[in-house]
Amino acid sequence: MNLPVLSLVTFLPLAGAVLLIFVHRGRENLLRILTLVITIITFIFSLTLYFNFNDQIPDPQFVEKADWLGYGINYHIGVDGISLFLILLTTLLMPIIILSSWTYIRKKVKEYVIFMLILETGIIGVFVALNLFLFYVFWEAMLIPMYFLIGVWGGPRKIYATLKFVLFTMLGSLLMLVAIFFLYSMYYKATGVYSFNLFDYYRLILNPNIQIWLFLAFALSFAIKVPLFPFHTWLPDAHVEAPTGGSVILAAVLLKMGTYGFLRFALPLFPDAVMRFLPLLAVLSLIGIIYGGLMALIQKDAKSLVAYSSVSHMGLIMLAVFALNTEAIEGAIYQMLNHGLSTGALFLIVGILYERSHTRMISDFGGVSKQMPVFSAFFLICMLSSVGLPGLNGFIGEILCIFGIFKANKLLAILGISTVILAAAYLLWMFQRVMQGPITNEKIFSFKDINKREIGYLVPIVIMMFWMGIYPKPFLRKMDSSVTHLLNRVSKREIYFTQSRKDKDFLLEIEPKTTKAKNEEKEDKFR
Amino acid sequence: MTEIFWLIPFIPAASTFVLAVFGKKLPKKYVSFQACFAVFASFVISVISALGLLQTAHGSYPLVKNLFSWIQAGSFQVNLSLMFDPLSAVMALVVSGVGFIIHVYSVGYMADDEGYTRYFTYLNLFTFAMLILVMASNLVLMFVGWEGVGLCSYLLIGFWFEKHSAANAGKKAFIVSRIGDTGFLLGILFIFIHIGSAEFTAINQAISGGAISAGLATLLAILLFVGATGKSAQIPLYVWLPDAMEGPTPVSALIHAATMVTAGVYMVSRMNLLYTLSETAAQIVALVGAVTAVYAATMALTQNDIKRVLAYSTISQIGYMFIGCGVGAYAAGMFHLYTHAFFKSLLFLAAGSVMHALSGEIDMKKMGGLRKYLPLTYPTFLIGAIAIAGVPFFSGFFSKDAILTKAFAQGQYSAFYYFIWGLGIMGAVLTAFYMFRLIFVTFHGTERLDPEVKKHIHESPKVMTIPLVILAFFSVVAGYVGLPVVLGEKLNFFSKFLEPVIKEVHEVHLSLQTEWILIAIAAFVALLGIIIAYVFYIRSPMIPRNLATRFPAIYKLLFNKYYVDEIYNAVFVNPTVKGSEIIYDNFDLKVIDGAVNGTATATGFTGKILSYFQSGLIKDYALIFLLGVIIFLAYLLF
Repeated sequence: MNLPVLSLVTFLPLAGAVLLIFVHRGRENLLRILTLVITIITFIFSLTLYFNFNDQIPDPQFVEKADWLGYGINYHIGVDGISLFLILLTTLLMPIIILSSWTYIRKKVKEYVIFMLILETGIIGVFVALNLFLFYVFWEAMLIPMYFLIGVWGGPRKIYATLKFVLFTMLGSLLMLVAIFFLYSMYYKATGVYSFNLFDYYRLILNPNIQIWLFLAFALSFAIKVPLFPFHTWLPDAHVEAPTGGSVILAAVLLKMGTYGFLRFALPLFPDAVMRFLPLLAVLSLIGIIYGGLMALIQKDAKSLVAYSSVSHMGLIMLAVFALNTEAIEGAIYQMLNHGLSTGALFLIVGILYERSHTRMISDFGGVSKQMPVFSAFFLICMLSSVGLPGLNGFIGEILCIFGIFKANKLLAILGISTVILAAAYLLWMFQRVMQGPITNEKIFSFKDINKREIGYLVPIVIMMFWMGIYPKPFLRKMDSSVTHLLNRVSKREIYFTQSRKDKDFLLEIEPKTTKAKNEEKEDKFR
Repeated sequence: MTEIFWLIPFIPAASTFVLAVFGKKLPKKYVSFQACFAVFASFVISVISALGLLQTAHGSYPLVKNLFSWIQAGSFQVNLSLMFDPLSAVMALVVSGVGFIIHVYSVGYMADDEGYTRYFTYLNLFTFAMLILVMASNLVLMFVGWEGVGLCSYLLIGFWFEKHSAANAGKKAFIVSRIGDTGFLLGILFIFIHIGSAEFTAINQAISGGAISAGLATLLAILLFVGATGKSAQIPLYVWLPDAMEGPTPVSALIHAATMVTAGVYMVSRMNLLYTLSETAAQIVALVGAVTAVYAATMALTQNDIKRVLAYSTISQIGYMFIGCGVGAYAAGMFHLYTHAFFKSLLFLAAGSVMHALSGEIDMKKMGGLRKYLPLTYPTFLIGAIAIAGVPFFSGFFSKDAILTKAFAQGQYSAFYYFIWGLGIMGAVLTAFYMFRLIFVTFHGTERLDPEVKKHIHESPKVMTIPLVILAFFSVVAGYVGLPVVLGEKLNFFSKFLEPVIKEVHEVHLSLQTEWILIAIAAFVALLGIIIAYVFYIRSPMIPRNLATRFPAIYKLLFNKYYVDEIYNAVFVNPTVKGSEIIYDNFDLKVIDGAVNGTATATGFTGKILSYFQSGLIKDYALIFLLGVIIFLAYLLF
């Protein structure tokens, strides 16, 4: 197939956004329908990535390369087993978000859908970029639509929340930019070639002492995104103020960029530094699990509760990432998808309640099940998915994560498993206060059960939850070789750290290019 | 025909799916027909498969059906596969057989409930999960069933969720069981990592091959047992079961008496090789079981809620099953599980019938003399009580005696087991006493009925009484498949059947004489308990009241269930919630977020100060420039 599928998937939403500029702002329904169509087409295209993905190849596939600005700044994208499902998650959730915003967003619909589409391109761009400069462009570009989504359509404290979100993220990414340029100069010094190519950087064997600084710069940026304790306080604020659609995309996909960043960049680029910081990072992740769970327990605002539950869940994912074995990392990637689905769904559910009541305070509800039985069933399933009940997706991810963590360190697993109890406690308690008991608030009597549109966007999520819980093989199989490859890369380089050279040189060595990479280069020139 | 055994759990699963998706549109009659039929079909296949097992040679156990490879990541390889061996067969027969009877009973009991379809959906889902639990061929899949039944328990306890107490009880059950489940899960993962597989056959092979040291076995066995205490409501995690009585009564019969709560016993029996390996772990199991058996029985003494008495009784009886496991009499433990399933579900259903007759009344104080109004419920209830009390020739007698005899026999190795036996005997007196207290207060003596309630009093419809009669029949005869060894080894068909799965430890033989004496003691204590109850509640009803006034502290302690709920709340629940609130207010908002906002403010402040220098007036800039030059020159010069 000669069609540049990946570019198509990446830029289709952006093209759609450009198209929508020419639609009159008064025709709100047309805008919504067009956006829905664009996102669905994008999703369908992204499915071809899944079906044509060769699970035997560890390296990126559907690679596209083109010169862009020179000096190593190239257009270079590809998909491997780590990013594949994150892209699919994004493209799947986008139409769902548009549907969920149908009546929720009533002002400035045109701008809203345009920003959403731009955001989609930005997100997919982050996951496909293999050139660090390009990656950074997407990474920052994505902030702009997000900034407006919270800042324009958000709640009463939206300005505070947006500023916090943007400043926090910018702080991290600026340091990362410095580190990227440092790598760039290292590579130039070593080879005399300008390159931002990630795979070129993988070959750099850096002095462990300098690795530490570079790693910290990258890790801070990703840790804020995850968010890792104690960098989490922007998250509840951003979630509470963001409109439903913004919260969904934030929780489901944006947080995953942090964990993805660790897997794609921080771990393989600076393996020696990783080893040194492993204990600290593991402990922070563990604190996140317990701390997030405890904070979730006592939140009064339903959205804030789900936000803190994210801190807890993401903590488990990070802990699994740092366990550095196949089971844990596949579990972590799986759990990233699960968290995307279940937390995304929980935000949709809170949004559905908000649309009916204009409140998110848990104490304002009670007995909603009686009034909305169908909704209740969906809420229950999504909650159980988040709790990690066997038969649903969350269980597979959780058990793999905990298995892998257990293999790496028993104590961490024993403490980390508390997530299983905490998640049940805070979610069941919320469910009880919102859905069960007698109806105390008069308003609830006027609640209508969810309509066809709302059922329509919840059903695909629920189907995915069951599918991923009962038959995870199609997912795990595609991750396998990329994850093994990644682990080889991390563990192989451990040796250099143990040798603990004290060279003053920043760069110790550079691995020769693999024959495959050389061949590719020749091909490029031949073209 | 046995190869279709794997269908057993999936028929109720299919029924659940249909009811969940299309239930709203189906007529009520069809809903109940389908739900009952699905379980009945499972029962029929279970019977066929079990008969098949009897005919196959012992060597060909177990039947395994590998459906598909489920999770594969690195060394974590788990298949979705089911197996059928004598142990699974006993459980599957109990679950589908007793389950079917309870389904039928529910048709009458729930007839007027709004959530009729929802109820049967949950009940079918439960049957499915429970059958997965007992037929899983590996620990991970067993855990799936384990959690699945926990979910159904949550849903069914909180079935009438508009009631605060019901919603609370459901949540409590789920969370408390989950605490146990973490131990169970850790145990599973530990075994998995150590042995490299979670399949029971592989685990048993590894254990037989000496892959696990006694020390490790102790740890693993205890971790697994933590899960069992949660699910099977043993000390210290039993607290959810009494509250679980908020659910509809047939649910209490099915889930909280006959099947789910016995899952822990099944699991320990399934892992019997592991427990045999560790004397310490086995003793802990026996001790927890024995203490729970007595402790729960004391709490049953003073309760006035007819269902709660039965709930404590269940906790106590499961304690007996664990004594069986702990003393190495796994077959006897399973035997008690099997007889208990009949008489305890009978007692619950009969209690349900009483409630049905009395417009939902559950307080024994407002009953009395009911025997003449409930001509069918009374005798069946009585049979259940006799069976559980351990009166000879009824099923409960045989199974309890088998456990206690074995415990006594183990005494030859360590005096510890005499202690266990003593607790068991004590529990037996208490059991007979509180059961007959229940009978006498409810069905005999003076009528204390509410006049309004009395007007509507009626015996339950046939759809409810016939199940009672069937269960009563089995409460009498079920014991005859496992007659005491005294009467001849061959007559204990039940343990013969389980032999391929369960390795009896310490084949100790007591002299015939000792065995007869033990049987006599067991029979005597049962009758003793009944007689005391008769004296207390029929002959001279003043005694219990006098006792309560003479020993108010003890009475209050028992009546308030040793204040354990209050203690747990004060020690675990409240500090967690309060502590989290304090951390949130003072640490998360003030320290962490304070640091974040502080940084922002500081940045802003610095900016403001710097902005003074940026006044826009040329003379200011000139001044600063001049100062700069002077400082620079000074630096150069000195």
